[in-house]
Amino acid sequence: MTELSIQLINLFASFLLLLAFAMLAQRRVINLVNIYAMQGLTVAAATGVVAYVTHQEHLYYSAAMTLVLKVFLIPWILRRLIKRLDVRWDVETLINIPSMMLIGIVLVVFSFNLALPISKLSTSVSPGTLGIALACVLLSFMMMITRSKALPQVIGFLSMENALVFAATSATSGMPMVVELGIALDVLVGIFILGVFMFQIREQFESLDISHLENLREE
Amino acid sequence: MTLSQFLSQLFATAVSLLLAPLMLGWVVQLRAWLQNRRGPGIFQPYRTLHKLFNKDSVMAGTASPLFRFAPYLIFGCMLLASAIVPTLSTDLPLAKAADAIALVGLFALARIFISLAAMDVGTAFGTLGARREMFVGFLAEPALLMVLFTSSLIAHSTSLKTIVITQTHKSFTIHPSLIFAAFAFILIFLAENARIPVDNPSTHLELTMIHEALILEYSGRHLALLEWASALKLLAYSSIGIVLFLPWGISTKGSILSLLYALPIFILKLLIFGIVIALIETFSAKMRIFRVPEFLTIAFLLAVIGMLTYILLGVKAS
Repeated sequence: MTELSIQLINLFASFLLLLAFAMLAQRRVINLVNIYAMQGLTVAAATGVVAYVTHQEHLYYSAAMTLVLKVFLIPWILRRLIKRLDVRWDVETLINIPSMMLIGIVLVVFSFNLALPISKLSTSVSPGTLGIALACVLLSFMMMITRSKALPQVIGFLSMENALVFAATSATSGMPMVVELGIALDVLVGIFILGVFMFQIREQFESLDISHLENLREE
Repeated sequence: MTLSQFLSQLFATAVSLLLAPLMLGWVVQLRAWLQNRRGPGIFQPYRTLHKLFNKDSVMAGTASPLFRFAPYLIFGCMLLASAIVPTLSTDLPLAKAADAIALVGLFALARIFISLAAMDVGTAFGTLGARREMFVGFLAEPALLMVLFTSSLIAHSTSLKTIVITQTHKSFTIHPSLIFAAFAFILIFLAENARIPVDNPSTHLELTMIHEALILEYSGRHLALLEWASALKLLAYSSIGIVLFLPWGISTKGSILSLLYALPIFILKLLIFGIVIALIETFSAKMRIFRVPEFLTIAFLLAVIGMLTYILLGVKAS
């Protein structure tokens, strides 16, 4: 039974990596939000399995919280933001997508190598997933760097947080409940603030392109 | 090779030959249904082949012997490819004859000859088709090899026969790497068989066509052979998919009786595969040709990630 559960966690880990790449390749903002929701679902499921394997009750709460927050609430807020900002067809990336994919492979190899010695020392249920979680963090980070518009960057930030939560639950069998609650609240507050920011940016420059922020304006 | 083995091989090959147009007809019919059309019926490819075989073949005046010879060679390649893939049983003489890499080589040989034949007559469309075919091919081939390597890593062998036996006879384990490989394989499948996001097999629109541009100069029995070969290619690729990702139900004995048992399961899998293809083709739009590299880079990437995850998740805590 535990053998199967570990395989399931590995499966969810790979699925998370797949979604990270899907996010990288995606051109439409609305699809990015859907992928983000799927990522949240995967993390919630993985947390549930870890809770089942390690018999840690608070992880069940964490899974439920992830489910509510990252599959329903935040995607809902993001969809509303997209509607109100009217940026459904946002398609710009700074590097073209095939080269981004190839850089992505390099990042994955790098983080797998980095995580290999750590996973060998780890005593958690599925040590191999640490490398994948690290790769997901780096991929989301790259997505934040290579997108020129504000909303994809925010989604990149959120997916990075997803990957971190996954790293914490699967590699170390979960953080204390207080920490998880804190992070969840931070993310929620963060998205509200970022939403306000986006409105401000658009108000000022009539566009969500971040490169406008680099110019100094004299008035 | 004993006589009974020879007969089994003959039976399996005949099955692929006959099933190939049927599979094509099934996909076309399903697409028609999904688009609220009545469709030509699943036996239409047979009728087309019959019609073409009874027509005279017209040759261009500038055609070299290569042009005349290529359809037979391509048909032979595809027939051999569908015989090598162990669709019904792993104990057939040809299933041992070549491994996955040789199989990819066989597809490459067919691709080179169809492109040469297309350029042979010297029309603009033939050259255009040949260029595009090589363009898609050189991107799809490494991705296909990577997919095959992922399965080979799990089975510790590049022989398709061993891959099937390892998959079916070991205790059930979830291999996350195979999921990546399966996604990559579907993308490669669509690109290699001139299916919709990459090429549309049912139009002669000059801006988009790849496969149709290649065979534009052919007529009569040569065209029939090429159409049949492309149906065989579709079947061979579906069989590779079945062998790599759904190998359950393939017989390990070589007798005709066990082949007959394996046949319904194989047909059922093909039907399901056809549904998947028809759904993808209905829900996606034809890509611009310049998006194809992106499409196939994603396939290559997924296959590589599949291999990497296999290596990483194989790590056990010490």
